[in-house]
Amino acid sequence: MTKHSRRSVLKGGAAFAAGSTLGAPMIWAQNIKDVTLRQFGTGVSNLNEVAEKVKEDLGFTLEMTALDSDSVTQRAATQPNSFDIADIEYWICKKVWPTGNLQAMDTSKIKNYDKIVGIFRDGKLTPESTIAQGTAPHSVGFVDGTGGTEFVANESGWMTLIPTIYNADTLGIRPDLIERSITNWSELLNPEFKGKASILDISSIGIMDMAMVCESMGEITYADKGNMTREEIDKTIAIFTEAKQNGQFRAFWKSFDESVNLMASGEVVIQSMWSPAITAVKAQGIPCVYQPLEEGYRSWGGGIGLSAALEGLERDAAYEYINWYLDGWVGGFLMRQGYYSAVPETSKNFMSENEWGYWFEGKEATDVITSPFGDPLAQAGDVRDGGSFYDRMGAVACWNAVMDENQYMVRKWNEFIAA
Amino acid sequence: MTVSSKTGVPGISPGIKDVSRARAKLSGTTSTGFKSLLMASPLIAVLLFFLVLPIGMIVVVSFWQATEFSIIPAFVLENYEFLLGSDVTYRVFLNTLKYAVITWVCTLLIGFAVAYFLAFHVRSLTWQITLFLLCTIPFWTSNIIRMISWIPFLGRNGIANSTLISLGVIEEPVEWLLFSDFAVILAFVHLYTLFMIVPIFNTMMRIDHSLIEAARDAGASGAQILWNVIIPLSKPGIMIGTIFVLTLVMGDFITVRFMSGSQSANVGRLISNDVALLQYPSAAATAVVLLLTVLIVIGILLRFVDIRKEL
Repeated sequence: MTKHSRRSVLKGGAAFAAGSTLGAPMIWAQNIKDVTLRQFGTGVSNLNEVAEKVKEDLGFTLEMTALDSDSVTQRAATQPNSFDIADIEYWICKKVWPTGNLQAMDTSKIKNYDKIVGIFRDGKLTPESTIAQGTAPHSVGFVDGTGGTEFVANESGWMTLIPTIYNADTLGIRPDLIERSITNWSELLNPEFKGKASILDISSIGIMDMAMVCESMGEITYADKGNMTREEIDKTIAIFTEAKQNGQFRAFWKSFDESVNLMASGEVVIQSMWSPAITAVKAQGIPCVYQPLEEGYRSWGGGIGLSAALEGLERDAAYEYINWYLDGWVGGFLMRQGYYSAVPETSKNFMSENEWGYWFEGKEATDVITSPFGDPLAQAGDVRDGGSFYDRMGAVACWNAVMDENQYMVRKWNEFIAA
Repeated sequence: MTVSSKTGVPGISPGIKDVSRARAKLSGTTSTGFKSLLMASPLIAVLLFFLVLPIGMIVVVSFWQATEFSIIPAFVLENYEFLLGSDVTYRVFLNTLKYAVITWVCTLLIGFAVAYFLAFHVRSLTWQITLFLLCTIPFWTSNIIRMISWIPFLGRNGIANSTLISLGVIEEPVEWLLFSDFAVILAFVHLYTLFMIVPIFNTMMRIDHSLIEAARDAGASGAQILWNVIIPLSKPGIMIGTIFVLTLVMGDFITVRFMSGSQSANVGRLISNDVALLQYPSAAATAVVLLLTVLIVIGILLRFVDIRKEL
């Protein structure tokens, strides 16, 4: 039975069951409404609006739990029975997959698989692109079967995560308080911003931002910023420890809201930041720029994975959900906040021409751009920081990663925080 | 029990006791031992299950091995070796003790003063109770909210700085108000002073006022009464408050994280970082060392005051 026909059967069945007092032959159709899928992930994509829309479009219940990156990793790795769908990042996948808590997904059941952006399939945005450093999503995107434990380099037909959203991160600045142009990562440690800088206190991501800064300063050249040697880690942390002791940093942040508050209150004028945090600052009417930098972006990607325990009706519902996810509504919802969706062309159907031009094509806005929550983010004539999708995603220097020396790095990171 | 039978309180009770004692003698002491054990068993079960077992688990896990994503039951000492071999640990423990001691001093001074005022200056019981309940009002909200509300207050453009600037006290905003040790300790004192007030107030209320009158009649000055009568008699309360405050501060991690802007570390944060990175065995080892440290501190404190005797 194909996906499509099953869905129509489903609808017909529901109608039939509604009219029948017995309803016994239609258990499945009835049951899908009783299905509850428990999804958890970071706050960026675990939005109640999505759960509400799922209920409306698909009929079943999606329970969302939003956690920070560390807790997400923790839960995926240690509490396999506490979730059905894990919304995690690709670098987390590298850590979590070997626990066997997730099952690979059959790409033949994914309707829009062929339209998924190349980054998640062969690693290349366009055929000419080079693959950036770090844990590139495609490198942990496939295994050799539903129970496969080793990542494979080709498109095997079994995906670990179905990509949902991704973006290119850079430094956020307060242009009204800096009043000059910022073009390099090294500005984060510029003594001019003493006591007004911040970096995120999530070791695996923070170390990458540090590496971007150190490389930009000309202090260190890394073979692979996503997989540093002990010596490189030592040098990187040493540079930042010295800066910390000189009072360069106002604070470190760990959660999204903290970064918004630091920036909005003016405690910090330059810091590592995530795109929706910029949006949130702007929504308060405070100028904030997601500054494109010469060295390029540090990028990340997220996807949804299925719990190994998921089977039968629930698993069917999960595939239904994934297909719906790639179908455009969520993509449009997320792209209007500044992320990118895995299948941009379907999202286009759910965005106005003005929105598509502004967010994806890097064109001037022809009218006010509002967030999905109704806050104005840009006026007519504004252009997105960093330009078009291909300009931004084409300038990725490094993907969020897990290093071979991760444990060593974490220990050094703890020293940095305690210094 | 023993007291009443020794002094021979008249009435029926000694008789019953004698009978039961005789019966106990007849059937052997094991039966009463068993009975009292049975009576205590619910409590023992609860303590075993919810206190001893988890702590035992933590100790066991602290000897396990961990990789990136899995925990391997083993008996290795590497968690402790790393912990005790790293100078970060010592710095962090020292920092934790520093927070604990400074917070203790501040909460003790404030807590003692408040309790003293309530117990000896407020005459009517109604007012004592009213004022005491007033002290607890902040506890109607979560302590995270009470803590976080300091952040906008102390910030660079916060109420404190803007008030000071408009009063002309300072020209530039004071930076050390927020995201500093000052902010951490301020929050601790704010959060935990009540834990000092309650036990001290409680012991003070039980001080016999005739003792103070006697001291005054004997010609003691106010300071002498405070030092020689009230403080010694308040010792159990002070000690209980001290234990509360020290254990709360030493076990905290969230206050330090928020108020220092993640820039300072204490032991709780080491543990929480380890847990976040799935390094449970290493977190368990740190927890065991912290537990021992706290127990030693409390052990030393209890050498000074025998709470059991004083209560």
